[in-house]
Amino acid sequence: MSQNKKTFSIKGMHCASCVMILEESLKKVDGVSQATVNLATEKATVTYDPSKVTDEKLSSAVSNVGYQALITEEMRTENDEQKEKQRELRDLRRKVSVSLVFGGLILWGGFPGLMKTAPMFLQNFWVQLILATPVQFWAGFGFYRATISALKHRTANMDTLVAIGTTVAYAYSVVVTLLPWLAEKIGIEPMPYFDTAAIIIGLILLGRYFEAKAKAGTSEAIKKLIGLQAKTARVLRDGKEVDIQISEVIIGDIIRVRPGEKISVDGIIVDGESSIDESMITGESIPVDKARGDVVVGATMNKTGTFTFKAAKVGTDTMLAQIIKLVQEAQGSKAPIQRLADLVSSYFVPAVIMLAFLTFAVWYIFGPPPALLFALLNTVAVLIIACPCAMGLATPTAIMVGTGKGAEQGILIKDAESLETAHKINTIIFDKTGTLTKGQPEVTDITSFGSTDKDELLKLAASIEKGSEHSLAEAIVKAAEAKQIFLSKVEKFRAIPGHGVEGIIDGKRIIFGNKRLMDKEGVDIGLAVNKIGEMESGGKTVMMIAIRQTEGESFKLAGLIAVADIIKESARQGLVALQKLGIEVVMITGDNQRTASAIGHSLGITRVLAEVLPDQKEAEVRKIQAEGKVVAMVGDGINDAPALAAADVGIAMGSGTDVAIEAADITLINKDLRTVAAAIVLSKKTMRTIRLNLFWAFGYNVVLIPVAMGALYPFFGLLLNPILASIAMATSSISVVSNSLLLKRKKIV
Amino acid sequence: MSLDKIIVTITSILGIGFTYWFFLVKKEKIVEAAGEVDIIVEGGYSPEVISMPKGKTTKLNFIRRDPSSCLEEVVLGDFKIRKHLPLNQKTTIELTPEASGEFKYTCGMNMYHGKIIVR
Repeated sequence: MSQNKKTFSIKGMHCASCVMILEESLKKVDGVSQATVNLATEKATVTYDPSKVTDEKLSSAVSNVGYQALITEEMRTENDEQKEKQRELRDLRRKVSVSLVFGGLILWGGFPGLMKTAPMFLQNFWVQLILATPVQFWAGFGFYRATISALKHRTANMDTLVAIGTTVAYAYSVVVTLLPWLAEKIGIEPMPYFDTAAIIIGLILLGRYFEAKAKAGTSEAIKKLIGLQAKTARVLRDGKEVDIQISEVIIGDIIRVRPGEKISVDGIIVDGESSIDESMITGESIPVDKARGDVVVGATMNKTGTFTFKAAKVGTDTMLAQIIKLVQEAQGSKAPIQRLADLVSSYFVPAVIMLAFLTFAVWYIFGPPPALLFALLNTVAVLIIACPCAMGLATPTAIMVGTGKGAEQGILIKDAESLETAHKINTIIFDKTGTLTKGQPEVTDITSFGSTDKDELLKLAASIEKGSEHSLAEAIVKAAEAKQIFLSKVEKFRAIPGHGVEGIIDGKRIIFGNKRLMDKEGVDIGLAVNKIGEMESGGKTVMMIAIRQTEGESFKLAGLIAVADIIKESARQGLVALQKLGIEVVMITGDNQRTASAIGHSLGITRVLAEVLPDQKEAEVRKIQAEGKVVAMVGDGINDAPALAAADVGIAMGSGTDVAIEAADITLINKDLRTVAAAIVLSKKTMRTIRLNLFWAFGYNVVLIPVAMGALYPFFGLLLNPILASIAMATSSISVVSNSLLLKRKKIV
Repeated sequence: MSLDKIIVTITSILGIGFTYWFFLVKKEKIVEAAGEVDIIVEGGYSPEVISMPKGKTTKLNFIRRDPSSCLEEVVLGDFKIRKHLPLNQKTTIELTPEASGEFKYTCGMNMYHGKIIVR
């Protein structure tokens, strides 16, 4: 019985009795033979039987007694997987070498054109039998083992076909060698086909070797992401700086980051400032300047400054952990395009075995002499040429490479279905604020229409907006702060969604909001119409402030405050890239028609949906879908979750929060609008790769199985040599995997 | 038609029929997973068809005994899970199905199949 040893950290230990309690609890787990816990290092070392003990069991044994085990399963699995892969490759290399050398020698001694040049002993059938036997039963052992265990479950796979095919060739050759008179009696020259069996095994194993190497490349993205994780963190504890394992960092820890160091976990800067390279997470190459109060993300790289930050998210809650989880999930999901391949693969191998029976019978009955030989060789060719693996690998390998490549560029795709749908998008709706614009509006104009001066207007507006969560509110409060205006106390504050806000300041009732709010309250804005029109045509959002001095009086317009949001630098390029892809761009906003049209015009967007209240966005998405369009909705993923969910593909931009990832089909971590087009290009390229793979995998089997059966023989006298069949089969899977890997090199931005 | 040809014809027809029956006409044996079920991965999945309740967490313990690279991964596409199965180790996958129905699980190359029935 094999025993594994594992060391992991334990959180929550504080005295020597903890050691005893933990050791006892761990030893009670069935399969654990030894458990030692070290208080100084806060680590447990456990010796256990891996077939009985799982990480979960160890973890619950620790948590049952009130502590927490930090078992980094991800790293363990990765290491185990790598070791296993290396072992498999080493084994394959050995078997391939022996099979091809022995097979080559047999071929030299047995192939009609070559045998004259071969030494006499190689032409001896008994020598060929001795050379072929280890290839058949040692190198080919895996095929037999897989076949036998599959047959126990009444299933069959490619190994079954190879095992049957090579056994037929080998068994025939043994009979011919041992009983040559029997062959002569039925009119067949006693020539064995040991070379066919041995070389087929060698070539198929060679194919498998390259396939295993190539397949490792398809999951490289996850390994890279895991590798991004920092190993240690420099934490301030009891006034001292100590380096601890990243798994031991807890929320609230103050962590120091020096120049050139990797940021360990997610948090908020409490002191200092620096420039941070976030390209590994967001795909954005330009470093970002951060200072006190700014959020830092684990696994990003500190460039120049030194700072300390407070850990806010650790372990599986960090953005990197979430990205890894999302990519893993996407790679495990199924694309709808795969359905046909799924269906075919359930029947494929039994169908090929049935075709092999048919081939044998037809050749034996109708074939030219020596019919038995033709029947045997063509049956072997049919069994060997069939390659169900290529069909099974066609879609998932491309999805794995595609989603992995996306993650490297800051494009997180929720599942294969989203990736597939994205290539069909022909209309994209952009939510204006925070997506096309920076989402940081600024006050540009203040106009007074009565006795209240501009600063007083700003004071009233800022006071009332202080309690609001609207993005424009922040701009107004900031403007007041910049002018060092002292804000007033507001009573009976109320936000009216899609309209504005109201409240009472110094006994006066104030309303502040858009035209809709003024209309609702019956405020006369005739005086301001021209001014409003002028500002709105400039793309500014105009808000009106009206005051009711005493109850019973009507509201009077006191002034206007115009706010403008800055359009992102990448917006124009991003939209042009989409238009080049033939995608119609639509802008959706709560702004009034005039402001929205002005912004739309400056961005080259002709279809603008203005004055749309937040809860109406979903309906607007559905309206466009009803036109027969495949619609993507781009928003921040927080305020527009229903619209994102309603769209065929919901794209959340510039956020890696749980809410955004949950709502969106595609999450773009960076704020660069060119990434939207990049995500669609990625989808198109991935789908093209999948189609090519499927075309190749299906076409290969559909065309070559009939050729192997001898379909060309009546017309051209052409038959497929089983050795050539094995070459074709070995290359078919590799070509599919390699084609998927080519996606890595494709440019999407 | 000579005797040998008649024998070959009959054998081939029987072979085709047997192949169809053996591989494609299988009676499913459904195993109820009471919170947890061990699935032996060896030339396929045993048990192959697992029934589990909706809304409750069920642990699927995959124990891979087959070194064939075909079986090194298990894919539960409907649950967005693709997991490497280390040889001779127990790999636990926890599922909390939200909807009833039949969901396939396969090996990484889609050659071996199993089914999860959520009731």
